[in-house]
Amino acid sequence: MKSNRLETTTLSEELLAGRVRETWTSRTARWKSRLGNIVLSSYGVFGYLFLYLPILLVVIFSFNDSRSTAVWNGFSTRWYGEMAADEQVILALWNSLFVAIVSTVISTVLGTLAALAMERYRFRGQLAMDAVLYLPIIIPDIAMAIMLLIFFNLSGIGFEPWRLSLFGLKLAVPYSVIIGHVAFNISFVAVVVRARLANMDPSLEEAANDLYANQWKTFFRVTLPIMMPGILGGALLAFTLSLDDFVITFFTSGAGFNTLPVRVYGMIKKGVTPKINAVSTVMLGASLLLVLISLISRKGGEDKPIDLTL
Amino acid sequence: MQRALRRYPFLGAWLLLSPAATWLFVFFIAPLFIVVLYGFLERGTYGGVVWRFNLENFGRVFDPLYLNTFLRSVYIAVLTTLICLVVGYPLAYFIATRQPARRNALLLALMIPFWTNFLIRTYAWLTILRTNTGLINTMLTSLGIIERPLPLFGNDFAIVLGLVYGWLPDMVLPIYVALERLDKSLLEAASDLYAPGSQVFQRVVWPLSLPGVVAGSMLVFIPSLGAFVTPSILGGGKSLMIGNIISNQFLAAHDWPFGSALSTLMMGLMLAATLVYFRSTTRRGVQA
Amino acid sequence: MRSGPAVELRDVVKRFGSVTAVDHVTLQIRDGEFFSLLGPSGCGKTTTLRLIAGFEIPTSGEVYISGEPQGYLPAFQRPVNTVFQHYALFPHMTVAQNVSFGLEMTKVPATEIKRRVEEALELVHLQGMGNRRPKQLSGGQQQRVALARALVNHPKVLLLDEPLGALDLKLRKAMQVELKALQERVGITFIYVTHDQEEALTMSDRIGVMNQGKLLQVGTAREVYEAPTSRFVSDFIGDTNYLYGVVSAVRGEVGEIVVDADLRIWASLVPGVGIGQQVIVAFRPEKVALNVPEQEGQNTVSGRVRELIYTGSNSTFLVELTGTQVVTVKQPNTGAAFDPQVHAGDLVKLSWPIAASKAFSEAGSTN
Repeated sequence: MKSNRLETTTLSEELLAGRVRETWTSRTARWKSRLGNIVLSSYGVFGYLFLYLPILLVVIFSFNDSRSTAVWNGFSTRWYGEMAADEQVILALWNSLFVAIVSTVISTVLGTLAALAMERYRFRGQLAMDAVLYLPIIIPDIAMAIMLLIFFNLSGIGFEPWRLSLFGLKLAVPYSVIIGHVAFNISFVAVVVRARLANMDPSLEEAANDLYANQWKTFFRVTLPIMMPGILGGALLAFTLSLDDFVITFFTSGAGFNTLPVRVYGMIKKGVTPKINAVSTVMLGASLLLVLISLISRKGGEDKPIDLTL
Repeated sequence: MQRALRRYPFLGAWLLLSPAATWLFVFFIAPLFIVVLYGFLERGTYGGVVWRFNLENFGRVFDPLYLNTFLRSVYIAVLTTLICLVVGYPLAYFIATRQPARRNALLLALMIPFWTNFLIRTYAWLTILRTNTGLINTMLTSLGIIERPLPLFGNDFAIVLGLVYGWLPDMVLPIYVALERLDKSLLEAASDLYAPGSQVFQRVVWPLSLPGVVAGSMLVFIPSLGAFVTPSILGGGKSLMIGNIISNQFLAAHDWPFGSALSTLMMGLMLAATLVYFRSTTRRGVQA
Repeated sequence: MRSGPAVELRDVVKRFGSVTAVDHVTLQIRDGEFFSLLGPSGCGKTTTLRLIAGFEIPTSGEVYISGEPQGYLPAFQRPVNTVFQHYALFPHMTVAQNVSFGLEMTKVPATEIKRRVEEALELVHLQGMGNRRPKQLSGGQQQRVALARALVNHPKVLLLDEPLGALDLKLRKAMQVELKALQERVGITFIYVTHDQEEALTMSDRIGVMNQGKLLQVGTAREVYEAPTSRFVSDFIGDTNYLYGVVSAVRGEVGEIVVDADLRIWASLVPGVGIGQQVIVAFRPEKVALNVPEQEGQNTVSGRVRELIYTGSNSTFLVELTGTQVVTVKQPNTGAAFDPQVHAGDLVKLSWPIAASKAFSEAGSTN
């Protein structure tokens, strides 16, 4: 029984050296563990195939030269052409970006401040605030969506985007959508930044104090630069979540206002064509890009010297 | 002012916290209370709201039509969670037993689909499962394997499949973390004490990975229960879950009080599940 | 030239909730001395250091630096600098930026910063490493950067919180010598916290022994080792033999103690100990000689060797006196080859100086 613990290589070496005679028990044990390994590895491969195949199919059929999303008829980029020509889609894309950028900026600032308060101080009501910060993360989309719907309706805040003219550009600011996005993104940013703060060596701030830096200088010269990867990570997460959001946006947008996911939903309900695949592929590409950005920034961030001219 | 902050540090805390706290209280907590409140109101004749308090809405839930959907939704969520567990545990085990360098790459590969748009991932299954024009059915009919298309769409099967696909990484990740933290010398100790592989798993690995299993189950169950997009797209308009019914009350039936009551009940159910989770972890004295 | 103490604590108490970390400590640390706070973990030595640095404020009592009461002054307004246990080097700055941090905060002109940083790095033998990042350095090098970062500000007092704890034995011993030399060269008061009694004995001008928040004894290394005033101090520093008995006679500062029917010894009494009191007699193993002729001023007793333990540079004998009392004797192995004159089972005569044994009352032992 104890032979289970021997590494396969060591056993082989010993066998070759003729020092050990393998018993039947140990041989079956060895084959059993080999078989187990093969089964596990194949399972892993199939698992990952399962995860990626549907997505790959969407991408593949976006290049399909027919209206089918299931039968291949040759390569073509016509659906991308149709997509690019579709004003509604382009408008929805622009709306998505606008909402994402604005809500990311607001929620990153608010979430970072909240994270600082929660990690660096101890005060009464902290537990309650903790719960309040975690609720938006666990609450299901639909519940939050209708909550906001009722609230905006009841309070008279409404859903019609503000129309402004800025530098000659006509803007529609969908404040109801932005408010909703910020509401859930604050929590996500706070979680990420808190993790980073909690990991930070507390004696670093004491050391700065010891070296004659008051609270402000300590914050700007030591705490903030070290927190920065966390803040950027939180911002990236908020941006991704905002771009991808469907349910909350769906219920809080005014008539005719679309972000990209809302538009795609509408397209699916109308009729399935590879144009949807094309839009999907573009969105997939954007997600992949964001993942790459976060990876690169994480690798490079540690070694980048911080500009100290504050 | 600095003196005051040093003597009463919590002032600084509230200063930092107030913007976020205000936003959340106004745009999250308040709406939450309003929803619960609305559940007790009456629906107005032209779609508005009548401020008369009653428990009618909560009573209507026990109407066979709605009760049925509620129970089906719970059933679907439980089924999804179990399947995710069965499928996801070995996957987590697989990743945890790779070389450290490969583990990170594998985790990344696991999460990339998870970070793409949920709508798109659900749409993908639509194109695969659809009865007449889906990938599977067209392939199988053209190959002559089947004559009539398989009913893979517009039913519970499609919804569960879509939910499993969407939330699997949420099950794998906590289990992986629990397994990775496992002290390998415990396995060696068990082996040293004559335990065969199956017993090592049953008596050492499984119990110690339980916190991860519970966490993962929570992370799958709750969003599955509140699913809206998946049944909407893959349910084909026939199979509905609580989420869809709630949405209907607001978009079609204009019965906001009833929709609010349903939503409150749904959230109550999830709160109960979360409490069960917390009690189970504290009873074991383990932190997930 | 200041004649007052560099740092003074007057009846300082620090409580955290129901825990008293520092219990009525009164202490004066002289200008330019190397002072160590010595004690086991949790004895309050680190808290005391933090009270001086300004990271904590006393619950009662007052901290003085160069005669100035510190009151509620925060750390960044006190003329002291700290070397942290885990160095606390800013990971996002280079070595040079770390070292110059305090100078930048106190608005020293840029040209002078450059000069002083170079000076500081030279002082700790790290010249030329200015552009490296902390994570590229070894533990010993990081430690020296922490030192340079503190010293460059020319503080009146340097506080060191177990700075050598993370280093391996050989490096630690080398650093002890370097630190002492550095202190002598720079002339600043060093307040050094450690739980390693050997370290404290090696480096300090004076040592303050603490336990459970209380300051038990302050003295030079010799005073603390040779003349401990309590059981805890004699226990904590070095090895000690203990014999228990009752005082039967007093002659000036020494007393006769009856340990057993057949065993009477003399010891110097700690003030306050009188006839009839139960006492513990403590004396060091290396003060005991084997089989030497009787002398005035020495205790001589006989016993049987139970065991001989060879520890490389020394031999340790466990000798059973009458009854159940066992005495440890330590002798250096000075012969060319290890050739014990005494073996297990032998009858031997033990002698040690009366002046080198201290008797404390049982009640006075602080454990």
